[in-house]
Amino acid sequence: MTGRGEVVQSRGTVAMKPAKESQAKEGRVSAVAARVAARLPARGYLVVATLAVWVLGWALLRGRDTLALGGAELTPLHGGLNTGMDAIDDSRNSNPFFLYFINYIRLFIDEAVRFVQALISQPSFDRPVPVLGWLGVAGLATAIALLYGNRKVALLTAAGFLSFGVLGLWQESMDTLALTLTAVVLSLAVGIPLGVWAGLSDRFHRLVTPVLDFMQTMPTFVYLAPLTLFFLIGPASATVATMIYAIPPAIRITALGIRQVSPETLEAGTSMGATPAQALRLVRLPMAKQTIIVGVNQTIMAALSMATIAALIDAPGLGQTVLKALQTLDVGTAFNAGLAIVIMAVVLDRVTSAASRRVEVARRAGRLRTARGRRVEVAGVLGVAAVLGYLSYTYIWAAEFPADANLGPYVRRAADAASQWVQDSLVTYTDALKNLLTNALLNPFEKLLTGSPWWLVAAVAVVVILLVGSVRAALVATVGLLVLVLLGLWQDSMVTLASTLVATVLVMLLGMVVGVWMGRSDRVDTLLRPVLDAGQTMPAFVYLVPILGLFGPTRFTAIIAAVVFAAPVAIKLVAEGIRGVSATTVEAATSAGASAWQLISKVQLPMARSAVTLATSQGLIYVLSMVVVGGLVGAGALGYDVVAGFSQHQLRGKGLAAGLAIVVLGIVLDRVTRAATERADAAAHGGLHQR
Amino acid sequence: MTVPSVAERSAPDIDAPPILAVRGLWKVFGPKAESVVGSTLTRDELKQQNGCVAAVRDVSFEVRRGEVFVVMGLSGSGKSTLVRCLTRLIEPTAGEILLDGEDVRKADDRSLRELRRHRMAMVFQHFGLLPHRCVLHNVAFGLEIRGVSKRERYARAREVIELVGLNGFENSYPDQLSGGMQQRVGLARALAADPEVLLFDEPFSALDPLIRREMQNEVIRLHHEVGKTMVFITHDLSEALKLGDRILIMRDGELVQVGTPDQVVGAPADDYVRDFVSDIPRSDVLTLRWIMRPAQPGDPLDGPTLGPDVVIRDAVHAVLSAERPVRVMDGETLLGVVTSAEILEVIAGGPQA
Repeated sequence: MTGRGEVVQSRGTVAMKPAKESQAKEGRVSAVAARVAARLPARGYLVVATLAVWVLGWALLRGRDTLALGGAELTPLHGGLNTGMDAIDDSRNSNPFFLYFINYIRLFIDEAVRFVQALISQPSFDRPVPVLGWLGVAGLATAIALLYGNRKVALLTAAGFLSFGVLGLWQESMDTLALTLTAVVLSLAVGIPLGVWAGLSDRFHRLVTPVLDFMQTMPTFVYLAPLTLFFLIGPASATVATMIYAIPPAIRITALGIRQVSPETLEAGTSMGATPAQALRLVRLPMAKQTIIVGVNQTIMAALSMATIAALIDAPGLGQTVLKALQTLDVGTAFNAGLAIVIMAVVLDRVTSAASRRVEVARRAGRLRTARGRRVEVAGVLGVAAVLGYLSYTYIWAAEFPADANLGPYVRRAADAASQWVQDSLVTYTDALKNLLTNALLNPFEKLLTGSPWWLVAAVAVVVILLVGSVRAALVATVGLLVLVLLGLWQDSMVTLASTLVATVLVMLLGMVVGVWMGRSDRVDTLLRPVLDAGQTMPAFVYLVPILGLFGPTRFTAIIAAVVFAAPVAIKLVAEGIRGVSATTVEAATSAGASAWQLISKVQLPMARSAVTLATSQGLIYVLSMVVVGGLVGAGALGYDVVAGFSQHQLRGKGLAAGLAIVVLGIVLDRVTRAATERADAAAHGGLHQR
Repeated sequence: MTVPSVAERSAPDIDAPPILAVRGLWKVFGPKAESVVGSTLTRDELKQQNGCVAAVRDVSFEVRRGEVFVVMGLSGSGKSTLVRCLTRLIEPTAGEILLDGEDVRKADDRSLRELRRHRMAMVFQHFGLLPHRCVLHNVAFGLEIRGVSKRERYARAREVIELVGLNGFENSYPDQLSGGMQQRVGLARALAADPEVLLFDEPFSALDPLIRREMQNEVIRLHHEVGKTMVFITHDLSEALKLGDRILIMRDGELVQVGTPDQVVGAPADDYVRDFVSDIPRSDVLTLRWIMRPAQPGDPLDGPTLGPDVVIRDAVHAVLSAERPVRVMDGETLLGVVTSAEILEVIAGGPQA
């Protein structure tokens, strides 16, 4: 039994007993209550004490056992990994696993991507231009948007596709689109059947869920390099990486849709003698259709985001342009290409969202129209698209986007000028912010983490996790920290961890303030939600660009980009938690005369506690993946190790080890926040864990 | 009190073999369900000792061809589980279910499907319609599953749509219809298969009272027109009394009483049922058979005559306005007499209440 339960129970009895008898009881009751009350703050004191010990240890033992490793230095393990990777490289054409399995997959995917590229982006079939020129592709895309979405998104699509040409990035955009579409088709071909299976079978669902969790918590950046070992640099690796990232939402959401089907409707089907196959085809799938299309939308957005990051392993397209520009700190070009990516994201998102709504809307409005009317419409639209396609196949003016209309250089120059102006004139403010955060938060914390002996840091971490999380989480952390040591990347990991934690603190500050605001005010909610939604559909890569323009290439840029990237999720989760607090409770507190601040601090935030911890854990994962990408723009440590591994052969092994270290960090952070969430939940539901 | 002989209200032939016979049916949820069958422990004891829930315990009954058989009980009494056991939507733990003498429990998957497609159809509490299909296609769904050709199934669907009074709504979608209309679609869907037995699982509990009454009348009308055997689950006693030829009362998974409405009201099997029926105006359910007294010497036997199965409420006027005792006659036989005294006693909630 819990202490709290006892208290309540004996108090109940006290009220019914004569006063004298109750006094003895009262004593026991208050003793129990005191013990319970003492327990919670004690935990907080212990954490503070542990941290104090750490600071003391740091002061005394500074610089000892810090396991520092220079940028080009390697440990024997890294050398071993290098040799191992070389061995895999050499066996590519002899090992049967490669010969009969991997190489075929690679060939198939390469060919698939090349085929789509031949259709829309690359010169092909002995032609100087792709099969479909800009007019044809834009026309076809608009037709699809019109037929599956509505007129508004069709207009948006036409404008979006034209803007790719106007920005001077037609071919790059089409390369990205080709890669994304191929990956999406393959992802859906794998994901939807698996999702249906997971929807039907509880056992498979249980089996696949942790795998999907793992796939989604792994920072995208990490599995690019290992994939190139198997699928070589190029479209195949890029597509597989994209699929790894894009399949989980397809499976999850399809399974959800299948599971959501009302049991009574299913039972009605069974009671009429439907076979399992009929129940699936006639009941489950049609009823899950709308949800599945939402899954398609998520898959497409994930694929686009990953297809741009895959530029790191030489995936063709806009990502390349952004990447090269980032590496040469060419803000204008990066902005131009980033803009194209954003436009593509918005177009794809709107069209698929409209398509999923159409399933619903078409039933209401479209049913008035006859099937024949629809057929005429489809034929007409497709006819126009076909004519445009033919024109672009035949005439050069419709195939190659007119060079006169290329406004790309202007955009680039304007972005450059804006960035320059901002850097020149806002430098006081940005520097102040940068220095404040760097000196007040980042530097001390980083020094503490990197300057203490590794065993001290590890011990402090394990004790703190024991106090705020669970024994299991502490075990995971112990193993994880030891792995970091073994990987030879302790210090780099600590630098990355420092940035990650600082960025997470900022994300949570932002998340709490804006989230509470949004949760309490409908007007703020309607105002902010579309902005946050848009923020979430944006590929991670793009965030680096404007922030690079503001702060220049430093680790600070990476941190701010991570904050901007992770904030929408955290804000939304906190806002949802605040909204989830029962209206009656809020009303009761208000009627008791609570001020707005009392309401927030004593009712709404405590009741939304589990939402806040969830926001923290999600925020951490988002931040980690972005801090690592920050390796591209001057953030050092693990992210840099990974990036260096891409470009320098002798650093491949170290890059791989750094990737592993990132995964380990991710797993440990994920486990710890989850354990903390569970504890917070349990505490909120009557203190089950207090004994 | 003495129980008068059973009075049959309507047509079903008592001597014909039952269309549906259930013997010793058990449904136990939980681990080692089989071992619980036959146990005499109470529900709570079972739950404590074995972690099992006995939803249906040793229930036996017979449904006659063409009758409306109502199963009544409060929520948790096991009535919905019972009706699902009949077509094995829930697999029974033990017992026999004979449909026309054939054991449903022995049917393999294939013949069970055939049975569900052709012989028994069910109407659900929350309708269970397919939201992505219009009324016509919803009604034709069962026939589609059977593999009936398009033309034939739509023709049949239109027929039953007309039968349940949904003409003109063929192309509407479920979410455009009111609850009562949606349940008409559910009814039409069940009727479309032309089954031998219609199962109703609390079909009207989700509807508001006025619509519910309308739908009850609709069921009575359909029963007159198509004469199907119906097994009707409800938690509403007045619904049970209104629709049922016979009523089975369940409590905690066990059968408490089976009988005609007037038997249930007039001769409750135990305090549970007595408590249940105590709010029912007895004069609405009981017949003259229940209140007549033997003619005593000196009773003038030249008053008006009525049959023994006339409901008291309908006889009030005749009895009170007659100056002499009303004779209760079954054909030429004098069964007894009824006077104002007996009538007033019932209406005032006499000694039995």
